[in-house]
Amino acid sequence: MASRQGAALDRKKLLGDPIMVTTIVLLITFLTLFILYPLAILLVDSVYSSDTGLTGSVFQRIFRIKSFRTAITNTLKVGFTVGIFSTLVGLLFAYVEEYVKVRTKFMGGLFQVVSMLPVVSPPFVLSLSMIMLFGKAGIITRYLLKIYDNSVYGYWGIVVVQTLTFFPVCYMMLKGLLKNIDPSLEEAARDMGASRSRVFTTVTLPLILPGLGNAFLVTFIESIADFANPMIIGGSYDTLATTIYLQITGAYDKQGAAAMAVVLLTITLGMYLVQKYVLEKKTAATLTGKASRARMLIEDRSVTIPLTVFCSLVAVFVIMMYICVPFGALFKTWGFDFHLTTKWFKLVFTRYKGFKAFKDSFILSLASAPITALLSMIISYLVVKRKFKAKGFIEFVSMLAMAVPGTVLGIGYIRGFVNGVFGTGFLKEIYGSAAILIIVFVIRSLPTGTRSGISALRQIDKSIEESAYDMGANSFQVFMTVTLPLIKDSFLSGLVTAFVRSITAISAIILLVTPQFLLITVQINEFAEKGSYGIACAFATILILITYGSVLLMNLVMKYFGTSRKIKEDN
Amino acid sequence: MAKEKKGVRLEHISKIYKDPKTGKDFYAVKDANLEIAPGSFVTLLGPSGCGKTTTLRMIAGFESPDEGEIYLGGEPINALTPNKRDTAMVFQSYALLPHYNIFDNVAYGLKLRKLDRETIREKVTNILKLVGLEGMEARMTNQLSGGQQQRVALARALVLEPGVLLFDEPLSNLDAKLRVTMRTEIRRIQQEAGITAVYVTHDQSEAMALSDQIIVMEKGLVAQIGTPQEIYYHPANEFVADFIGEANFLRGKLSGKNGDNGIVTVEGTCVEVVGVAALEDGKDCTLVLRPESAVLADAGQLPCRVIVSCFMGSYQNYHVMVGDTLVKITDFNPKNKKIYAVGDTAYVAFEKENVHVL
Repeated sequence: MASRQGAALDRKKLLGDPIMVTTIVLLITFLTLFILYPLAILLVDSVYSSDTGLTGSVFQRIFRIKSFRTAITNTLKVGFTVGIFSTLVGLLFAYVEEYVKVRTKFMGGLFQVVSMLPVVSPPFVLSLSMIMLFGKAGIITRYLLKIYDNSVYGYWGIVVVQTLTFFPVCYMMLKGLLKNIDPSLEEAARDMGASRSRVFTTVTLPLILPGLGNAFLVTFIESIADFANPMIIGGSYDTLATTIYLQITGAYDKQGAAAMAVVLLTITLGMYLVQKYVLEKKTAATLTGKASRARMLIEDRSVTIPLTVFCSLVAVFVIMMYICVPFGALFKTWGFDFHLTTKWFKLVFTRYKGFKAFKDSFILSLASAPITALLSMIISYLVVKRKFKAKGFIEFVSMLAMAVPGTVLGIGYIRGFVNGVFGTGFLKEIYGSAAILIIVFVIRSLPTGTRSGISALRQIDKSIEESAYDMGANSFQVFMTVTLPLIKDSFLSGLVTAFVRSITAISAIILLVTPQFLLITVQINEFAEKGSYGIACAFATILILITYGSVLLMNLVMKYFGTSRKIKEDN
Repeated sequence: MAKEKKGVRLEHISKIYKDPKTGKDFYAVKDANLEIAPGSFVTLLGPSGCGKTTTLRMIAGFESPDEGEIYLGGEPINALTPNKRDTAMVFQSYALLPHYNIFDNVAYGLKLRKLDRETIREKVTNILKLVGLEGMEARMTNQLSGGQQQRVALARALVLEPGVLLFDEPLSNLDAKLRVTMRTEIRRIQQEAGITAVYVTHDQSEAMALSDQIIVMEKGLVAQIGTPQEIYYHPANEFVADFIGEANFLRGKLSGKNGDNGIVTVEGTCVEVVGVAALEDGKDCTLVLRPESAVLADAGQLPCRVIVSCFMGSYQNYHVMVGDTLVKITDFNPKNKKIYAVGDTAYVAFEKENVHVL
């Protein structure tokens, strides 16, 4: 049909805008080179070598390794349990927040802390404190309960720690869903004679069912991709992420590791596609309406008391585990000598080059944060506000990084860049340099930033940018004078989130870091593995302070400079 | 005030969209041929989904036509992006930049054109005076009422002195009273500025109050082009007649004609009409009778039975049955007239010049 002219004109208009074209081309190159290429090379690596040609022998070999097969079942088992537990606990928290009347200041504070923890916490802090509270020398097990041979290592250790780490994510997701349920639906059911529990099972639950599935899968993916916790608390219970790490650092079997990475990637990618294309759509379809007015909160004590007590206990438990970390750094010998000391902090900065570690981590993360934030805003702008052919590609690939476990990405980078791109030596220099670490940080934080940018931009009336465009601004001017100022909050929070995620990252980075750089997370991992909990805790304490400090700083900055919020409220 | 009034010409313009549900292509606008004279006020009028906004957005450059060419001041502009076109648009949602105050909103386009500060200040001040917002330069957009935001949006477009000013249902977010005030304002400002304007609306009274020319659209097609009077008195088809104002349709048969005069048989009664030169004798036709051009009387053309009789203050509202056809009649200033009650029989009376034959 003649619709080609319209498309051709659109293309012509786009090409008449050199800044747009350059941006799009650069973006596509960047995403292809640093997300698609490393993953593709893993696949190529595991089925092809120059000696044997195309072969399935690598896969046959790794599937013959018994520990690998166990690792697969272990990973799935852990992921499944953690997914279910996190979703349930998250749902309870969200339900209490949205439906139950417990407006004491104390509870509000608890909920706030719990929702912020996943943002500021380094990934393995809970494992650390789990060992210190419930391990062989754990305060609770050994001193309170007098159990001397309790083992926290293994399946249950990972499940508990991961559930506590990931349920806040589910809580935040489900909170948003519950908020959007129009209370009149439930009131109508009540009015027709349904009991409260019946309303929950026949109205509320069916409405959020896709959302629950969504939360489950997101946690499932996070759990299988998690490297740090299984590493520290898994003991001999290996998951795929740790097995791959050991395959490359212990057995130096790069091809095998690549093939294993492909297996892990296939699992997470499959889950991700189901989550994104099936469940997310369903969630949106069942919850289109906005709540027409405030919900009447449940005041019935038989409901409020058990729910409140449960959530408070979980929240207090989580907070206790975090508090345990600074104390771990302040006691002389954990589990034996509880005199306070500053020797661990001193050791960190004297013998263990603490300053360098903090400096390196800090500078690399600081460098990656603005790149990530700006990149995700540009991507969101292109995805939400512009129409062009490669748009779908850009959105898909930048969100894809969410489904790629850090370990897989790390192996992909090793295989993809150690001899340059396709072994040609091109970009060989970035391997082992600061650049590749920064790029990994950027790629790892890109999906979060992009997602928040996209949702922020969707709230802005398309005609506002069109009007600027209509008055004579080109795309670059529109972006700089209209789009960016309007999503300043999202940009700022993207900046800090990227920084925090980078400084607490470990999974991909641990495979790529060279002795030239000391990173805090890698140090913590090392000392925790060795059992030097005092040092590990001292490092972790300072790390938490940095991340917490930057979040506070962000809130402060947003309060005074974030205009977009003011605009939104007034309109 | 405009540097140069420009005309707009659409030649065989079509736009094809994909129906998101069926996945099939359909014409949002089909083969539109329009000529908009420089300095005139032209309205695109039609129900939602008729293609009027798509047409406007193609002129602005936000959509690209799939067929045909658009000319602005004689120049083809198909390949130009919106920022390169000499058009300025007033958006339905006003689309003011929320992070700027009024002055900066109005100055935005001028700054992009790299004018010096003094000129910008002068132009902005003048235009704000024209729209009645002088002294409010420092206000933020969210401190304004809907009508004021509307004026800012208008000022922001006018200040660029565009060849053509485009309006996309600019009054639909205002309350009824303000809508009437603003449309008078828009017409006054357009006349003062002497600018070409293309205006999209679904409100027929707005279209009539504002326009030199009205383009009625239906399902992507141009149904009729004409002055408000032409469109109201001589609608091209039933859709136009029904969409603009109220209309009664009486089915009949042309049973004799003499030049422009003819006799139409309606419900068994013969009615004298004019304007049948183009119709063929003996063929079916439809009489369009506006409710206000007929009255109820004891003698007249069509016998009828009253089924609704309702006093509305300025007029008496009747629904009567002429045979099997429902006819609505509004009889203005009914104070000293005979009022018919429900169940009465009477006649529908009108002058033959007030009937339009389709």
